[in-house]
Amino acid sequence: MSTKNTYTVSIYTENNVGLLNRISAIFQRRHINIESINSSSSEIKSVSRITLLVKITEEQIKKIIGQIEKQVEVIKAFYHTDEETIYQESCLFKLSTDLLTDNDEIQTIINQSKSRVINVNKGFFVLEKSGTKEEVEELYRILDKHGIMQFIRSGRIAITKDEMPVSQLLQLITA
Amino acid sequence: METKTKQQTEQGTTKRVTITGAEAVVKCLLAEGVDLLYGYPGGAIMPVYDELYKYQDKLHHVLTRHEQGATHAAQGYARATGKVGVAIATSGPGATNLITGIADAQIDSTPMVCITGQVGAHLLGSDAFQETDIVGISTPVTKWNYQITKASDIPEVMAKAFYIARSGRPGPVLVDITKNAQFEEFDFEYKKCTSVRSYQPVPNMNMQSVEAAVELINNADRPFVVWGQGVILGEAEEEFKAFIEKAGIPSASTLLGLSALPTKHPLHVGMVGMHGNYSPNKLTNECDVLIAIGMRFDDRVTGDLSRYAKQAKIVHFEIDPAEVDKNVKTDVAVLGNVKETLTAALPLLEENSHKEWLQEFRNLDAVEFDNVIKNDLFPTKEGLTMGEVIKQINEASKGKAIVVTDVGQHQMVASRYAEFNQTKSNITSGGLGTMGFALPAAIGAKMGTPEREVVAVIGDGGYQMTIQELGTILQTKAAVKIVVLNNEFLGMVRQWQQLFFDKRYASTTMINPDFVTIAKGYHMAANRVTKREELATAVQEMMQSKEAYFLEVCVEKEDNVFPMIPTGASVSDVRLK
Repeated sequence: MSTKNTYTVSIYTENNVGLLNRISAIFQRRHINIESINSSSSEIKSVSRITLLVKITEEQIKKIIGQIEKQVEVIKAFYHTDEETIYQESCLFKLSTDLLTDNDEIQTIINQSKSRVINVNKGFFVLEKSGTKEEVEELYRILDKHGIMQFIRSGRIAITKDEMPVSQLLQLITA
Repeated sequence: METKTKQQTEQGTTKRVTITGAEAVVKCLLAEGVDLLYGYPGGAIMPVYDELYKYQDKLHHVLTRHEQGATHAAQGYARATGKVGVAIATSGPGATNLITGIADAQIDSTPMVCITGQVGAHLLGSDAFQETDIVGISTPVTKWNYQITKASDIPEVMAKAFYIARSGRPGPVLVDITKNAQFEEFDFEYKKCTSVRSYQPVPNMNMQSVEAAVELINNADRPFVVWGQGVILGEAEEEFKAFIEKAGIPSASTLLGLSALPTKHPLHVGMVGMHGNYSPNKLTNECDVLIAIGMRFDDRVTGDLSRYAKQAKIVHFEIDPAEVDKNVKTDVAVLGNVKETLTAALPLLEENSHKEWLQEFRNLDAVEFDNVIKNDLFPTKEGLTMGEVIKQINEASKGKAIVVTDVGQHQMVASRYAEFNQTKSNITSGGLGTMGFALPAAIGAKMGTPEREVVAVIGDGGYQMTIQELGTILQTKAAVKIVVLNNEFLGMVRQWQQLFFDKRYASTTMINPDFVTIAKGYHMAANRVTKREELATAVQEMMQSKEAYFLEVCVEKEDNVFPMIPTGASVSDVRLK
């Protein structure tokens, strides 16, 4: 049996209502959980890029890429291992402002974790941290004992080391 | 067609007119060459129906008795003609009733466009009367779908819908149109769709893969072809025949590939699959090169994948890249339309005959004849067999009829014994196994090809799932010949209960109505046969009828269909009893 890996799936699509539903249904039908998902514009004008994370075998991901690319409004889909991408997740912590004033340790945590304060209010401040999932989780563990008022983490975004020749492909199709 | 004709003739051939969205829908259908569509009216689609009324001399709308019937009729039409079938329904329940037919068309690659009405755009998401998220519901079972909320989108979306439905590997497309978009007026201009930038319907053929495939085939001692519906959908019947004839390769069909090659062709070795023939199933595991042409290695074809053709090199001619390596790992995949790829392969192919290898099929055919076919076609017991009914239909039709089947034992028997002399003659629900498919599909097939004889062979269970479509026949006078093989059981399930559930016949016995009386209630000529000596005459009488005809044949109650590959078994474990 082949082993499960974490794969970053990058899908270049037309920006149409309902397409995300069509793509997520491909995973749902095969009982595969999507670990995280992010949808944004891409480097190509009017082309969206969906980035999602799944833990499955390579055999499974190959077949799923085929099913995704089969969708009319999908231009191209790729999958990559962690080693083949440079990836980040972003997270925000809402913490009590008292910590900033009363607790020296917090300043050290902020400096060492390379996170930054992006907003300070009377009652709370917001700390932002980008990094790998592990780095984010480590910071969470450290801050947890000081009391976290709110926490949110984004889906993974990733840049691949190899080329993804979507522009050329589009030119070929429209030519 | 009282349109405000603010006609502006532009440069070229296009003409702009100001019309309503509803009229635009009809004009789009006409521009796509549609002359027949099936449907059922209702509140949210009424503006379009109003236009259908006005355009009835150009566009024939057939009122089915249920929206599911409309989809199957559109499918039957598409499968018999090769054109896009069209079904239309209202929002809510009208739309959800289309789903079974859409799912069937998706899994059997049938080109179909479904149009649904939707509540006004301002009511979307408000749980309005007969509002349902049909785009959401139909997403996993459509090739493409789209919701139109403004009239000006209608021409482009409709053009795209037809293009997507028919191109590449065909499939169903659903277009949902809000009521306000049907009422709105706009400047109508129609342009056919010829490409969608994110969509490549047919992959580019790679000549190197063609060469690699042919090299394997030329060097094979025991090559074996399994072909599917791709040959029919690609209109590649001639190319396919030339291919197998030149290389002398024994060839077997999938359920949906039947009729692409005449049944009596010397290289035709029958049908593969769960209830296919003995020799092609058994010898799948003896060939050295398996050449799959326009088929998708369905589990009903392969049985246990870990014991499927493991000894063979696999060559796969296929239009859909997602099918390659999906179930069976290939050694060489030849992507493209089979018409193109087989044409490219033909000149490279060496002439051969493989006589001894073909003889192995014929030897096993003899085993199947002695153990199964003889008893099916020339029974000596009292009860009628399904097989002898099909044999009588073959004799009466001389193998020229379109045979439409439903799902179950009768379907397998008909597929095993029906003779086909011309392509697009086998219409059945394969992938989805939709009981109730045959009666409405036969109506669509007959209306699409009125010059052909259309015989629907249906079980007593499936018949009652869409029996109301007798009303559609009454109204359209579609001269469909209906044969119900009545064993008073849901026969296929009963067979499994007998073989695998110790004869616990849970909910498979049927207490049936008087089918002949029902047919007569719809003013249809009808007859019932219970004895062998009446059968031939009754079938002939039915076939000679110029109008629709219903024939019930009361067959042996507990006959089983063999050969059979039990679920989870290997193709080489195919059972004869």
